[in-house]
Amino acid sequence: MIELRVNGLVRRGGAEPRTLLSDFLRHELGLTGTHVGCEHGVCGACTVELDGVAVRSCLLFAVQAEGREVRTVEGLEWGPMQEAFRRHHALQCGFCTPGILIAATALLERGPVSREQVIELLGGHLCRCTGYTPIVAAILEAAGEQ
Amino acid sequence: MTQARRAWVGESVPRFEDEALLRGRGRFMDDLAPVPNAGHAAIVRSPFAHATIGTVDASAALAVPGVRGILTGEDVLALSRPFPAGIESSVPYYAVANDVARYAGEPVAVVVADSRYIAEDAAELVAVEYDPLGPEEVTVHERSFSYGAVDAAFETADAVVRWRYAFPRWTGAPVECFGVVADWRDDGLTAWANFQGPFTLHSVAAAALGLRGTKLRLITPPDSGGSFGIKASVYVYVVLMGLASRKLGIPVRWTEDRLEHLTASAHSTGRVTDVEAAFASDGELLGLRYDVTEDVGAYVRAPEPATLYRMHGSLAGAYRVRNVAVRARVVLTNRCPSGLNRGFGGPQLYLALERTIDRAARQLAIDPAELRRRNLVQEFPWRSPSGGLYESGDYVACLAAALDLVGYDERRREQAAGRTIGIGIACVVEPSVSNMGYISLALGPDERAAGLPKSGNVEGCTITISPLGGIAVALSTTPQGQGHRTVAAQIVAERLGVAPDEVEVSSVLDTSTSAWSVASGAYSSRFSGVGAGAVAAAADKLATKIDTIRKHVGEDISLRRVAGMCHWSPESLPPGMEPGLSALAFFAAPNLEPPDPDDRVSSSGSHGFIADVAVVEVDHETGSVRVLDYVTVHDAGRLLNPLIVEGQVRGGFAHGAAAALFERIVYDEDGALLTGTFIDYLCPTAPDLPEPRIAHRESPQPSLPLGAKGLGEGNTMSAPAALLNAVADALGIDELELPLTPPRVWGALHA
Amino acid sequence: MKPPAFRYERPETVDEAALLLAEHGDEAKILAGGQSLVPIMNFRLLRPAVLVDINHTVGLDGRSGQAIGATVRQRDFRGNGLVDRAMPYVGHFVTRNRGTVGGSIAHADASAELPLSLVTLGGTVTTSKGRHLAAEEFFVTHYTTLLQTDELLVETTWPAASRAGFSEFALRHGDFALSMCACSVKIESGVFVAARVGVGAVCDRPTLLDLQLEGAPGTVETAREAGARAASLVDPPGNLHASASYLKHLTSVVVSRALEQTL
Repeated sequence: MIELRVNGLVRRGGAEPRTLLSDFLRHELGLTGTHVGCEHGVCGACTVELDGVAVRSCLLFAVQAEGREVRTVEGLEWGPMQEAFRRHHALQCGFCTPGILIAATALLERGPVSREQVIELLGGHLCRCTGYTPIVAAILEAAGEQ
Repeated sequence: MTQARRAWVGESVPRFEDEALLRGRGRFMDDLAPVPNAGHAAIVRSPFAHATIGTVDASAALAVPGVRGILTGEDVLALSRPFPAGIESSVPYYAVANDVARYAGEPVAVVVADSRYIAEDAAELVAVEYDPLGPEEVTVHERSFSYGAVDAAFETADAVVRWRYAFPRWTGAPVECFGVVADWRDDGLTAWANFQGPFTLHSVAAAALGLRGTKLRLITPPDSGGSFGIKASVYVYVVLMGLASRKLGIPVRWTEDRLEHLTASAHSTGRVTDVEAAFASDGELLGLRYDVTEDVGAYVRAPEPATLYRMHGSLAGAYRVRNVAVRARVVLTNRCPSGLNRGFGGPQLYLALERTIDRAARQLAIDPAELRRRNLVQEFPWRSPSGGLYESGDYVACLAAALDLVGYDERRREQAAGRTIGIGIACVVEPSVSNMGYISLALGPDERAAGLPKSGNVEGCTITISPLGGIAVALSTTPQGQGHRTVAAQIVAERLGVAPDEVEVSSVLDTSTSAWSVASGAYSSRFSGVGAGAVAAAADKLATKIDTIRKHVGEDISLRRVAGMCHWSPESLPPGMEPGLSALAFFAAPNLEPPDPDDRVSSSGSHGFIADVAVVEVDHETGSVRVLDYVTVHDAGRLLNPLIVEGQVRGGFAHGAAAALFERIVYDEDGALLTGTFIDYLCPTAPDLPEPRIAHRESPQPSLPLGAKGLGEGNTMSAPAALLNAVADALGIDELELPLTPPRVWGALHA
Repeated sequence: MKPPAFRYERPETVDEAALLLAEHGDEAKILAGGQSLVPIMNFRLLRPAVLVDINHTVGLDGRSGQAIGATVRQRDFRGNGLVDRAMPYVGHFVTRNRGTVGGSIAHADASAELPLSLVTLGGTVTTSKGRHLAAEEFFVTHYTTLLQTDELLVETTWPAASRAGFSEFALRHGDFALSMCACSVKIESGVFVAARVGVGAVCDRPTLLDLQLEGAPGTVETAREAGARAASLVDPPGNLHASASYLKHLTSVVVSRALEQTL
């Protein structure tokens, strides 16, 4: 049994040492907004924040998050980023979207961003529906509104 | 009071799907626990491409704490029948391999345990005796077709262009993998799966399970994480997990992982096409001959050999040529069975045809844009020699618009001035709304005549108005991100005089309760044709009833009031009118017929058109292809939601560009898969992928109620051809194969 | 794709970590950022019985001057002229948030940017046994270093670059390179007076090449010639994506491009 803070709440759940954080969040805590797309760190769908830093939850063991602070897509406040994604049709199936929202939120929280930085950020996320262009536009628009 | 009617169709209404997805509240297959106490499955898979299977010893696996049972080939043989397919094959296809494994990754056994972790531990302990065999290729199907006077065309030709084109296997690779929960009870199977249709495959699964249709209840989740055709093949695992549930007496959950997905879900076919094209000296295309060999993998898995025939009505592409012949062959290999994949036959056809046009242009010393212009279909409706019915369009205008947008003449001048750029064009007819009868081309006319003639493409929709006037729409189109719920809400809102956000749309298909038909599903870009048609038909039925009631009352009463009358006071309705306020409608593309005795068929109900122009520059040092510009001009008839249209075009282009520049499934000589991870299977990311410039013309389709044609796959069909043409133009060499990765381009330059 | 079971240890001190390694030998693996280790475990290609998580081990996350503690995250490692050029090529934004400098060095992927940079700079590796190992010797071959089974990497030292250049070519942004070059050179009065040029991905470990640059004019011509010489010095095997001859040729391109950045 491990205890940690998730989206501001203290949560507990059972985890073997080998339980991936992605599985723990989804199946132990019911936070199914974090998605699993490859389990080898390429697709980025499972990205969450650990102590304020965006990380791949499929490359972390749940025990490593013990006593720490995790933020998932469910913990993001609805705001300019989400509005911009909707306006730009920056999601279709929506499966990759939570990971991108977490990573983009983390990037924007670090300060102003350029188009190049946004594209570079998305280099770590696979989207098979949109061709990425609307995602870049949405993140840049959200950045402008900050 | 009725609101002032507003034309919602055609508006860029933002999607109703988005909010839940953006909040992390989507409901994807692996998020759901539709039944309690499901065991978690892991699959034991053959490491060999071809091997006889001896004993399967599961004793060590069964001894692992937490293991709930194992399903082996013996069980599958006893409990199921082979999957039927469109052609007879000497090799029966079961959900697991029995005596012989025929591709690396083929299921051999299923282990069910308390968790996926334990199931994988135990799966490693299942001892399977394999005796490797050499690779095997078997031709299981061959048919030849000829339309017009092909031989005569070649005899009178001034120039004949010949070449061989290989289109490698590739795969849509949705970010969400397959998922199934299977619950065998009451002598039947209830399964939840992120299946995408076509629901012809429901019958295939039921047949394999030995169940009459109603005993296989298949339910799709509210959200599906992409498919691009690939998730049509989930049905095989519905059967497999259904058998595991049956044997073990517990519900079984299986979520495919990425290794399994790339190894054993579905790939496109691998196709080799020999093309011969006969031209007159003025550039008139006189005749075409194709010789097609299609690698469908280890088994003919339904709906294959459909890839081979999906484009049959469009063998002549966008051109007026009347003389076309094709020999089509299907070969079994020791590779993953093929299945639906965005474009489905189109990328393969147009690579061969459009590359041929460019080569002919060079041989005839006619500009490739001009050569196309001279041959494009100009009269509509147009019946292609193989039977395709192109109802509307202005192909010449689309091509002119694309050339104008890209600045074609200026680009050619730059090129003439010495800049090492290449320009590639592709003109493609984009079929959508598959004719369910085209697959019967695999049979001869006599065989077809003996059975039920098949045609059409039926879709259903149910709309229910609640006692308080709330509008609920139930779709059977199983979307995976295409925004069907939003577009359906627009259509219904417009017809019932409400706003789209007053319409609740569900896309969950439950075969026990939904209005579905064999053709239901999200494939062949069929939503804007027949999906939307069914929605419109159901809404029209309700609108008529509401109108009748209002006339009967003699007042323009509100919808809520009308609904109240229908539910609470049926006696107040016009005499003889059915109470309640609900409509079920089925709609089929009205222009589809079975193949005729001469093997002519309009293989699709709708035909859009795309003219693409790509401008590239090749870095001769590294072989990198830089796309300087990519213009695509579409004519998909009426656009139902331009925002969603743009998304579909961008997505279709992304897959086409990926096939052109990055993605390829590679097997080694022994049949081992070399591209089994996202490290080696190169899905492009944002920094890698070029961006198209998009323009539209709208030639509505007369025979469809909304005038809209499909548009989700066109650029997947056109982009590989346009980009290959551009790179060949830049380098002046023909010996180029997809994908045009830097090492391969450089290799062609230094061959 | 779930990892096999293991025992999880979270030592507080380097000594404890080293003891765990001594106790379990080959059965134990250090877990730092996990960006390379965990995928391999998820693939079940590696099944350590014990994972020694050093993310909370005291004294490994420090920085002093050129010395970088083992668990300093890649994203936090800035200020070295060569590393600043190479770092954007290391994985992705999110993986750099978690991936560590020491982990990348100890993992010793021959296609990774940080090992190549360390070798090119003439850096050193300090271990739990107090050994200071020159980077040039530290990397032995693919995924193999001089670290002993009971020894862990404690810090790495990164000398300042003179003029730095870095060029790599990969099929996709963020992928491991097909070929890459890092260089640190001194140019005085338009002439190369010192040059360290390393290549990666085309050898079984990051490798310094003697390109006889000293005394040559600091020109594009020289860079090109050095590239050609570099290509003649490497003999990479072909792989799934690229032929041997392409990789050899590509090495000339990345070497000349990296050197051109220093002019």
